[in-house]
Amino acid sequence: MINYIIRRLLYVLPVLVGVNILTFVLFFVVNSPDDMARMQLGDKHVSQAAVDNWKQQRGYDLPLLWNEQQQGLQRLEKTIFFEKSVGLFVFDFGVSDNGRDIMADISQRMWPSLAIAIPSLIFGVLANITFALLLIFYRGSYLESSGLFLCIALMSISGLFYIIAGQYFVGKLLALTPISGYVPGLDAFRFIVLPVFIGVVSGLGSGARWYRTLFLEEAAKDYVRTAKAKGLSELEVLFRHVLNNAMIPILTGIVVILPSLFMGSLIIESFFGIPGLGSYTIDAISSQDFAIVRAMVFLGSFLYIIGLLLTDISYTFVDPRVRLD
Amino acid sequence: MARAWKLFRLSSLLLLVSACTDQVLNNPYTEGDSGKKTIYSSFSERPKHLDPAKAYSSNEYAIIAQIYEPLFQYHYLKKPYQLEPLLASDMPSLQYFDENGMALADTAAEGDIAFTEYTLSIKQGVKFQPHPCFNPQLRKALPASWNAESLYDLPVKTRLLSSSDFIYQIKRLADPSTQSPVAGLMANYIVGFGEFAKQQASIKKLNPALAKQQRLRDADMLGLKKINPQQFSIRIKGKYPQFINWLAMPFFAPMPWEADAFYAKPFLVKKNISLDWFPVGTGPYLLEENDPNRRMVLRKNPNFHLEYYPNEADEEAMEKGLLADAGKQLPLSDKVVFSLEKETIPYWNKFLQGYYDVSGISSDSFDQAVSFSSIGDVGLTEDMLQRGIGLQTAVTTSSYYLGFNMLDKVVGGYSERAKKLRHAISIAVDYEEYISIFQNGRGVPAQGIIPPGIFGHLSAEAGMNSAAYHWDSAPVRRPIAEAKRLLSEAGFPNGIDKSTAKPLVLYFDSMDSGPDSKARLNWLRKQFSKLNIQLVIRGTDYNRFQEKMRNGNAQMFMWGWNADYPDPENFLFLLYGKNAKALHGGENAANYQNAKFDALFEQMSSMENTAQRQAIINQMVDIARADAPWLWGFHPKAFSLYHAWYKNAYPNLMANNKTKYIRVDAALREQYQQQWNKPVYWPLVVSFIVLIIMLIPAYIIYRRVERAKAL
Repeated sequence: MINYIIRRLLYVLPVLVGVNILTFVLFFVVNSPDDMARMQLGDKHVSQAAVDNWKQQRGYDLPLLWNEQQQGLQRLEKTIFFEKSVGLFVFDFGVSDNGRDIMADISQRMWPSLAIAIPSLIFGVLANITFALLLIFYRGSYLESSGLFLCIALMSISGLFYIIAGQYFVGKLLALTPISGYVPGLDAFRFIVLPVFIGVVSGLGSGARWYRTLFLEEAAKDYVRTAKAKGLSELEVLFRHVLNNAMIPILTGIVVILPSLFMGSLIIESFFGIPGLGSYTIDAISSQDFAIVRAMVFLGSFLYIIGLLLTDISYTFVDPRVRLD
Repeated sequence: MARAWKLFRLSSLLLLVSACTDQVLNNPYTEGDSGKKTIYSSFSERPKHLDPAKAYSSNEYAIIAQIYEPLFQYHYLKKPYQLEPLLASDMPSLQYFDENGMALADTAAEGDIAFTEYTLSIKQGVKFQPHPCFNPQLRKALPASWNAESLYDLPVKTRLLSSSDFIYQIKRLADPSTQSPVAGLMANYIVGFGEFAKQQASIKKLNPALAKQQRLRDADMLGLKKINPQQFSIRIKGKYPQFINWLAMPFFAPMPWEADAFYAKPFLVKKNISLDWFPVGTGPYLLEENDPNRRMVLRKNPNFHLEYYPNEADEEAMEKGLLADAGKQLPLSDKVVFSLEKETIPYWNKFLQGYYDVSGISSDSFDQAVSFSSIGDVGLTEDMLQRGIGLQTAVTTSSYYLGFNMLDKVVGGYSERAKKLRHAISIAVDYEEYISIFQNGRGVPAQGIIPPGIFGHLSAEAGMNSAAYHWDSAPVRRPIAEAKRLLSEAGFPNGIDKSTAKPLVLYFDSMDSGPDSKARLNWLRKQFSKLNIQLVIRGTDYNRFQEKMRNGNAQMFMWGWNADYPDPENFLFLLYGKNAKALHGGENAANYQNAKFDALFEQMSSMENTAQRQAIINQMVDIARADAPWLWGFHPKAFSLYHAWYKNAYPNLMANNKTKYIRVDAALREQYQQQWNKPVYWPLVVSFIVLIIMLIPAYIIYRRVERAKAL
């Protein structure tokens, strides 16, 4: 397994180089260094000298990919692409175009994102699985059709509606939780309970239907019939055997997102005033902050690959037949 | 088992009773600020910069103008806007010089004046806020035990303000590494500014390790002179009376060199603790907490110099009883909490709950808050009045206009044909309707370039744009038939180009996108279709739009301008030929050029506000109206709501440092908050009961399934 992990980690390198090149090309097809400078300097009284000064201070006065004025390897090295990319591979993200240290920003903003994302994931998965297993348990009855109707209804409603309605009923009419805001520490509970609840409810419809599909497939297998024949109760069969055997597709969906949980959720964080990383990349794109965009895309790709690797490893824990060679 | 069940029932009952109290549960503030003189406000976008040399937008000024103080400020309760000393002990004394450096009399002709020297005296005994940068030991090294939680955990010190701090800040403005947005502009005015910038760039290149503060302090700028610790002078090129308005902006707030020295430590840079985020000022507040993703907290500066609430006010302010706190020492509040609130819905709901003291009015909540009487007067809805909420309105010192590119072959140029075409469009595009539909009535149609409240603006018939309006006890838009006639005279009868017999097609460049802008653009198309002109919308992104404007490739566009300072020059320069964007890279986006207008502008710009200046401005406005490089558009009206406990609110649009005048009645706020936020528990109980009822059929089916045969 160690060899497999090392091999997979080595595959990461070319993928990240590719992602980095793609990000760079896409960004600079749309924005030029002059555009970035003007965006940062504002609309008023911006002279070309100020733009040139900004580019020079930030290292955007170099050619993009190839420096004709240099010799040898320096033709490649004295470019925006090289200078802005090389640090990424040692996780040195540098400073954003408005002068803030990116790593410090990420490490500060990831905690509030995690405070929302972890309970949302745990309670969401638990609720989805439980609801899906109950749908299987009550299959054929009117409770199943009612449950499926509820799922479709939950899926049909926009996520934004849950947020606005939740804030209106719970925060405003019932006055039970703050409408928005965040404080660090234990008191954060008051602020995250509503967004977590909304996150769980809004994902319940699609989540439960997805898990139901997995469990239905398992419930039709021979071992289920055997278990029932042995006299196990329906609930025991579902929660002990069906659930265990459906773990591989469940893990595929969950483990892959675990490493990137701290990246946050754009809409939830925006509406609830959670100071997380949810809007970090979007804000950077709208303010044309290439330094943040490349860092976040790089980090996102890296974590996704790590997530996939962890998923593979997790298979070996839930299914002894899986061997990673 | 029975005992356990009993215990469970008892503890559930206790939990329910303890939960069902009237204690407010939804208060988003946790510090126990109850009863304290704290102002609760919000910001929707994190500020980019808090360094006064870089900050240039209203959301940045909302914070830094409470922390940094320039030499002058706008009198809070007087309109027309009036400058008064802030850190200066009095208004500056001016001395004119000719090209040879010889002093001239105050009455010297403008053509003879090569330089103007401002001699500025500063107040005695002003101290900077407490800050670790004034501690010499901390400038050298930080204690290892410090965990970068708060700068104010470190041993802080202060020192007296000196004229050197103003000089240092002006040098910072010039230093290329600061990247001040006004560096280019100031190089045109302050003597030696541009040369100083070049010198600093070359020193930095030769010796990158040299500390910034040392580099700046060691070099002199020709136009700056320290006379003594309380006095200094600034020499500017020519005569530029508006320069004093710049001296009232945070760009010219004093900066201690110690701040640059302190924040230069790599450890602090790595932690994002920099002068750009943690200010060091002399103002009424200091920034105690800075988490721009969550909130920013200002605390009363214990070293703040003596300043008192104004004793004088204009009529409007007197009528509102805004002199009740006259003579009281400022600031009137101890703390200001700015919370990040990106979305308008939670922001509005929290305002209604009493957790924000003031609020703007978004279009979503406009009908909930504002009502119009049958004669069009603006008022508050019954619900707002019952809550004791007040409304404040003011026409902003801004202009939003539709510009014609005067370099364009079809809509541009100065021929009679082109002018008639533009006049026809001026009549057809109904800005009254635009304001009503898209601004909820929050705006006044512009009759010219100068907004109300700025010297040079004329109201009523005298200020009417007769090219598009006629007077009938109020300006009335000219009929569309007149626009059609003008269009026909311009060579486009019924929207058909006589020379080609093809329909007239015009192009509007826009960077708007999204559903809101689609409605706006459709409206605009409809306005042009009144004249049978086909309007093609050329949607583009921000970058390409800016590029088109820089290159003069746009035909028509919408643009806006917010006043830097309340002087007509700050608006009329938008049509000054030497500022043409495509030709000279200036702010004249329409690329308008008229020799007579330019000559009058040069004459007017250096004049005091006299009747003669007004006459010149009238001429300029008339010339511009006749040439019509813009559809004059509208001046937005700012509406803001404030709660009954928020005192001394006054719509002074030029004063950025208003917070120090605000007093809050904390007891009243708490009373209202309690009243408006009583928790309601019964829906929870009902939901619980419904859930239990729903479980009954589930249990019945469960029993049936469990008892059924497996196979």
